[in-house]
Amino acid sequence: MFRFRLDGSSGVPPYLQLVHQVRQSLLLGYLREGDRLPTVKEVAVDLAINPNTVVKAYRQLEHEGLTAGRPGQGTFITASLAPSAEASVPSAAAAELRRSLDRWLRDAAAAGLSEDAITALIAAARRDAAMAAEPLAAAAKERAE
Amino acid sequence: MTQDTASVPALRAERLGKRYGPVWGLRDCTFAVPPGGIVGLVGPNGAGKTTLLALTVGLLAPTEGHVAVFGQRSRAQTPLAMARVSYLAQDHPLYRGFTVADMFHFGRSLNPSWDQALAEARMAALGIPLTRKVKTLSGGQQAQVALTMALAKRAPVLLLDEPVASLDPIARLDFMRDVVAASAESGLTVLIASHVIAELERLCDWLLVLNGGRLQLAGAVDDLLAGHAVLTVPRQLADADLPGRVIERTDSDRHSTVLVAAAPELVLVAADRAGWVAQPVGFEQLALAYLRRPPGQAASLAEPLGSVGSAGRAVAS
Repeated sequence: MFRFRLDGSSGVPPYLQLVHQVRQSLLLGYLREGDRLPTVKEVAVDLAINPNTVVKAYRQLEHEGLTAGRPGQGTFITASLAPSAEASVPSAAAAELRRSLDRWLRDAAAAGLSEDAITALIAAARRDAAMAAEPLAAAAKERAE
Repeated sequence: MTQDTASVPALRAERLGKRYGPVWGLRDCTFAVPPGGIVGLVGPNGAGKTTLLALTVGLLAPTEGHVAVFGQRSRAQTPLAMARVSYLAQDHPLYRGFTVADMFHFGRSLNPSWDQALAEARMAALGIPLTRKVKTLSGGQQAQVALTMALAKRAPVLLLDEPVASLDPIARLDFMRDVVAASAESGLTVLIASHVIAELERLCDWLLVLNGGRLQLAGAVDDLLAGHAVLTVPRQLADADLPGRVIERTDSDRHSTVLVAAAPELVLVAADRAGWVAQPVGFEQLALAYLRRPPGQAASLAEPLGSVGSAGRAVAS
């Protein structure tokens, strides 16, 4: 049975952490079509979180077409984000992205950037990219499910 | 949603107030909480949290206004009021010379709805022998015995005053797990007073913030988060130039960071202005901002029962 985790200090709202974990496990192939997720009560008690938080996460997953509830049976995975067993092997595109990232990191080190400076630069770039993609609209949509 | 949104609130306070001599311990407190909710009650020491709990359970009589549990007004010391609310006080009051079995006998004698099977099953699950004396149990075990007594009373509302303050992190998590289980299994409405805001964030779908005897913030957590935003704006802007109501602002040399209570539409418009950035607010940031506000400023309160629907429990099983 799939088990959720919760990082109380990450700053990410608990329901989003649950949604991310299912998405990530689907991408990695650890969750597959037909798998049953634990019940709302099981997750709530396991993590000591409000049952409504789990309800909200499950609704979001269903809205994204990743799961479906079957009355009396539970919530099941209906989609497979990893198209095949080889999906956990990085694709050619991912490999090329990784190579360019390695190059970038070598350049940054050569330019004298410290670990912290590199981390800050990447965080700033990611934040700006997220900001450009309508931060509040995205947050409002997530909240409204 | 399985919850009937028109149902009677589990807890409802109307202009509730309590005066101690010349000092108001709590004043003008109005809120309504739907059945099945887990409510976080936050406030600095002396904010009126314990007064609110004592009024709700009927240990104190209000000076003005009233508080009702499932539509029945709590009046001091009436058996009906006491039977509807289970109250676990801060110091886990147990008789230290009693055995666990003695404590349960005591609970059974005082509470007609006492569930002895539940009490014994919980002790067995926790590995606490009924023959042990309370004073020989660890702090965590004593807290578990006290919580078990509160649960075995089988009241529809459970009030917890700083229940985990004396527990280690593992025992705290176990304790909270049991509260969630009780809530999920029997639709229990729980109100938890605590200083540990991060723990309330996981547990609660409803929030009350008290400061200086006044309710500063009340509502379903989702509604409260959606109704606030953090804006980064140029420094010289006055409060009146910002959308909604300014709750807290931090001014730097060239910019200000401002928490506003504003409808999402207003915030979206504001976020389009050059040099402005709008971000959602987190639970802890929101609670702390209201805790830091001087009492007497306008509060942010949900319309009584106006948003009960969004917090109604819908537990699929």
